[in-house]
Amino acid sequence: MADLSVHRGPDRRGPGTYALRLVVVAYLFLLVAWPLYLVGRNAFANGFADLAALLTDPDARHALSLTAQVAVASVVINTVFGVGISLLLVRYRFSGKRVLNALLDLPLSVSPIVVGLALVLVYNGRTGWFGPTLESLGITVIFSGPGIVMATAFVALPLVIREVVPVLQEVGDEQEQAARSLGASAGQTFFRITLPAIKWGVIYGVVLCLARSLGEFGAVKVVSGNVLGSTRTATLMVEEKYLNFDRGGAYATAFLLALVAVAVIVSITLLRPKDHR
Amino acid sequence: MSVAITAGPRPETDADPRPRSDSGAGYPMTRASGLGLGVAMLWFSLLVLIPLTAVIVTASEAGWSGFWRTITNEQTAAAIRLTVGTALLVTLVNVVMGTLIAWVLVRDRFFGQRVLEMLIDVPFALPTIVAGLVLLSLYGPKSPLGINVANTRPAVFLAFLFVTLPFVVRTVQPVLAELDREAEEAAASLGASRFTVFRRIILPSITPAIAAGAALSFARGVSEYGSLVLLSGNLPHKTEVTSVRILSSIENDNLEGAAAVATVLLVISLVVIVTVDILQRRLVRRG
Repeated sequence: MADLSVHRGPDRRGPGTYALRLVVVAYLFLLVAWPLYLVGRNAFANGFADLAALLTDPDARHALSLTAQVAVASVVINTVFGVGISLLLVRYRFSGKRVLNALLDLPLSVSPIVVGLALVLVYNGRTGWFGPTLESLGITVIFSGPGIVMATAFVALPLVIREVVPVLQEVGDEQEQAARSLGASAGQTFFRITLPAIKWGVIYGVVLCLARSLGEFGAVKVVSGNVLGSTRTATLMVEEKYLNFDRGGAYATAFLLALVAVAVIVSITLLRPKDHR
Repeated sequence: MSVAITAGPRPETDADPRPRSDSGAGYPMTRASGLGLGVAMLWFSLLVLIPLTAVIVTASEAGWSGFWRTITNEQTAAAIRLTVGTALLVTLVNVVMGTLIAWVLVRDRFFGQRVLEMLIDVPFALPTIVAGLVLLSLYGPKSPLGINVANTRPAVFLAFLFVTLPFVVRTVQPVLAELDREAEEAAASLGASRFTVFRRIILPSITPAIAAGAALSFARGVSEYGSLVLLSGNLPHKTEVTSVRILSSIENDNLEGAAAVATVLLVISLVVIVTVDILQRRLVRRG
């Protein structure tokens, strides 16, 4: 009979345990680790030449800086919106809350192409619902900066909320109530009590939102027009370079983007306290 | 431990005995919070709700027969069949492999486990176009394994498998970690085999989580675009998926046609959202 002591650590180790471990490691190695490693190797197939060529090409630099700017804008918008809506969802009671809660997750399961199409239908300057009106006010959304920011903000919208809501529920509102009863204003309570308490949730949300925003491809492809040196982002550049047989440039750009993604994962894994999911 | 950055229901897994505010509880709205809610809803509507409504309204302008004609167009129907079929197949693989991976991450302890934890999240953080390039470097024309799936149907399967990897793992993992081990030990002490313990004790508790992860993985697969661009070749009738079909309609300035096909995907997303919401409630009640 197997050992049934209560204070054992992991599972009983049989040959099954090792077989499962082997299957999982092999699966993840073949699906993720090895392909990821090969991209790094391909990016440096010619030493640093491809990376250097990329970083000195003005169009490529423009694409990288556009991606960075769009990502920052999307992160700022989604952080303000996300923290605000999380507070409302957790602390207040209003009708339609459950529906709103479910709808907020919608952007995660909508195809990026559908996101792009949806924005084009409403904001294109010719036939869109609001597009012509905005155009007459001098605001062009589609095929320009605002459209790219909206598409990016759309796809990354739930990430801050998903991180902040559970933390807000966890910390409870006793301290906030105490602060308020001692005469703190709503702003003081938020910045001195609530924000420090949910700091880590917000930070994880921001980091994830940043990764998602830097990497958006499909939705941006539809709304941006992909104009070289103007609305072409880094992810669009990967496709363009690969299809134009500039494999070195494509792998170098992909390497930079993958580097950010891996950095995000590693930093979150290391930062997050172990007892805190 | 786990990063859990993937979409999925968030079962309340901590052992905090305090009553938790659920969706109905909380303070009544004040003037300031009402204003905040108004501003947030305005932005959410302008960004998400109105544009998605526009897709459905545009699709309905052609009437039911027009809509039906568009989505049953031979090439479109082939794309939808391929997308849904492959997503179902991938979801099936994820149900088995995802549960297995979650099991190994929770119940096993070995050197390098944290690296595996990080690998699970790579498909989530990696830009999809880069994911395509990543897969192409091992399973493309210059494959060191000698496996070249580029521009074939297995490429679609592979791309879906990569991007949906985290979903089942990350929904099952926290539930598995919180399971009460006493029932398992009792069953084992009464002579149940390890397989029986898994099937009769563990599986029923993690089934809602598996189902929620499967729903999310299916939705993600059906909506995938970026990773296929360089990998599948987008050959009509062969490797062209629904998202690519929508994009080519947009590029041909056929927004009505694009909206009709997009509506099919939106309906799938909505069904998944509702399913996950229901399963999530079941998970929380059990937790």
